[in-house]
Amino acid sequence: MQFKYKIAGGDFTNAGNASSAVKKILKQLNVDHTVSKHIVVALYEAEVNIVAHAYSGVIEVNIDKNQIHIILDDKGPGIADIDQAMEEGYSTASPQVREMGFGAGMGLANMKRNADKMLISSELGKGTKVELIHYLKPDEG
Amino acid sequence: MKAKNQDWDFHHALKVLDDVCIGCTHCMTVCPTQAIRVRDGKARIIDNRCVDCGECYKACPVSAIIVEQDDLQMINNYPVRVILVPGVLIGQFPEKIRTSKIYAALKEIGFTHIFEVENSVEMVLDAYAQFQSENSNRPLISSFCPAIIRLIQVRFPSLVDHILRAKPPIDISALYYKKRLVSEGIAAEDIGMFYVTPCAAKIAAIKSPVGEEESPVTGVINMNYLYNRILQHLKKNEEPPKADFDRLLNSKGILWSLTRGESVHSKGRALAIDGINNVTEFLEKLENDEYEDIDFLELRACDESCAGGILISGNRFLTVERLTKRAAEYESSELANPPRKNDPLMEISSESFFEKVKPRPMEKLDEDISKALRKMERKRRLMCFLPGFDCAACGAPDCQTLSEDIVQGRAQVSHCIFMQQVMMDQKKLTQEHAKKIIDSIWGNERLQKNCNKLGAEDENN
Ligand SMILES: Nc1ncnc2c1ncn2[C@@H]1O[C@H](COP(=O)(O)OP(=O)(O)OP(=O)(O)O)[C@@H](O)[C@H]1O
Ligand code: SF4
Ligand SMILES: [Mg+2]
Repeated sequence: MQFKYKIAGGDFTNAGNASSAVKKILKQLNVDHTVSKHIVVALYEAEVNIVAHAYSGVIEVNIDKNQIHIILDDKGPGIADIDQAMEEGYSTASPQVREMGFGAGMGLANMKRNADKMLISSELGKGTKVELIHYLKPDEG
Repeated sequence: MKAKNQDWDFHHALKVLDDVCIGCTHCMTVCPTQAIRVRDGKARIIDNRCVDCGECYKACPVSAIIVEQDDLQMINNYPVRVILVPGVLIGQFPEKIRTSKIYAALKEIGFTHIFEVENSVEMVLDAYAQFQSENSNRPLISSFCPAIIRLIQVRFPSLVDHILRAKPPIDISALYYKKRLVSEGIAAEDIGMFYVTPCAAKIAAIKSPVGEEESPVTGVINMNYLYNRILQHLKKNEEPPKADFDRLLNSKGILWSLTRGESVHSKGRALAIDGINNVTEFLEKLENDEYEDIDFLELRACDESCAGGILISGNRFLTVERLTKRAAEYESSELANPPRKNDPLMEISSESFFEKVKPRPMEKLDEDISKALRKMERKRRLMCFLPGFDCAACGAPDCQTLSEDIVQGRAQVSHCIFMQQVMMDQKKLTQEHAKKIIDSIWGNERLQKNCNKLGAEDENN
């Protein structure tokens, strides 16, 4: 089953709406709440990254009985050095974004910790694509 | 229908009086857990979704929702009749009425011993501190309001481990004072412990405690009812018999059940949120880990916390003002009856805590994920057709809930009055059948002329 959400860059008021919607779906599917928590936490970080660093984005969520596959595709500046971006504490967040309480440089590392698989690809000046895969049964992955 | 799951058998204190219920949709649409449907022209509460918050009670235009309570006569079955008085009861009276007068009235009504519920707040705070030091989950959520505990169980199951499992003042006080009376030589079976409740949630908590052994409270008295009884006695005794005491709680105790009554004592970062919809909104975000570094959450179902309880007779803002004034007055006063710290009758022990709270997720479409996925697909498909008016004419609070009821086999597409029209146009439904469906939801006299309705020609007859 597929769900899609549009994300607007810079809109911190609505950052988190897609994560909340996915959380509700996972509750309805009776996904174990520790698994669901990992999914929602990773997705929330990825969603906020689009809001904080990109111009706009689309989140595509694919769920079957074994796994949830989330693809976040954004139009934005892209990431020059992905390994560096993954480092805890590395952030290019603007002062305004920091004022909102974001920009500790923990998001990508946190996503990696929470997801069973994570893939990032990026093209400078065009955008970034993040894929998150979580297995839905607590014992897998 | 499947046999009822043991864990899902609850006592609810809110009931619908069928002969008074006019089968409108007010209660159904305000219910924060979608626990109400209309069938046969009457509101029906779905047991395993109801959290006893009382929103339906407040919304009912004809007072058809009642709080099931114990009869005051019941106290006469016990030679020793203890009343546990919460601070908010005193807050119903203007400050010029001394507590001694109120207590004298309670004695005339038949109670032999009077104790203040919030006398045990110091012990509760010690238990909070102990729990906080032994549990690393943050934030910890106060266990004070039973409607909130139930809301977390059904809607936020992933947060159950954040509940601070220290018993609230009513439980500690009931345990403590009973022990104290027994230690003074009174036989336990002679003692009746009665609690005056501001709400339905506290009744439900006492009758079917969550993660707790049987409550030491024998019976629960409706505060609204008792308030009126006390007033009668106060009126009768222009000069009341001089009571031998004039005491109240200290200010901590007086303010405990009001908003910020607990959070102000919390070390670290604490928030106080009142009103069940405000709490729900906050917990949604908390569940996503959107908020960090919060240590303690005081969450209360009622606006202005217990001052806004459904069985409180007075205006909630006045109640807050009166209690705040009394608190200032009693700031430095000696407590007459508190459990002392290190009282051997009641040390901080296992008795101060309750067992793990079980999640009871109500949102799941099926235990089995493959089946749940199929139901969700069907539900999304249905939503392409339901009109999205959320008019409640189907007997469910909104289109989404109807679609869920349909996939769960509890309703049909033809319950939607707009879909009926479409189905009749397509000759898939006859006029007679449609009429039958409407009758099954709204009762068969519903569309007949009736001038007794609110706002109609003979509304008061
Ligand atoms: N979608 C994106 N588009 C462009 N740059 C990104 C994107 N996501 C991350 N980055 C870059 O990677 C850096 C590290 O991201 P990360 O999420 O780890 O930290 P942050 O967003 O800066 O702070 P935090 O997530 O702790 O609030 C960001 O500062 C930004 O430079
Ligand atoms: S806030 Fe107080 S009165 Fe309201 S439901 Fe909770 S415990 Fe009862
Ligand atoms: Mg980030």
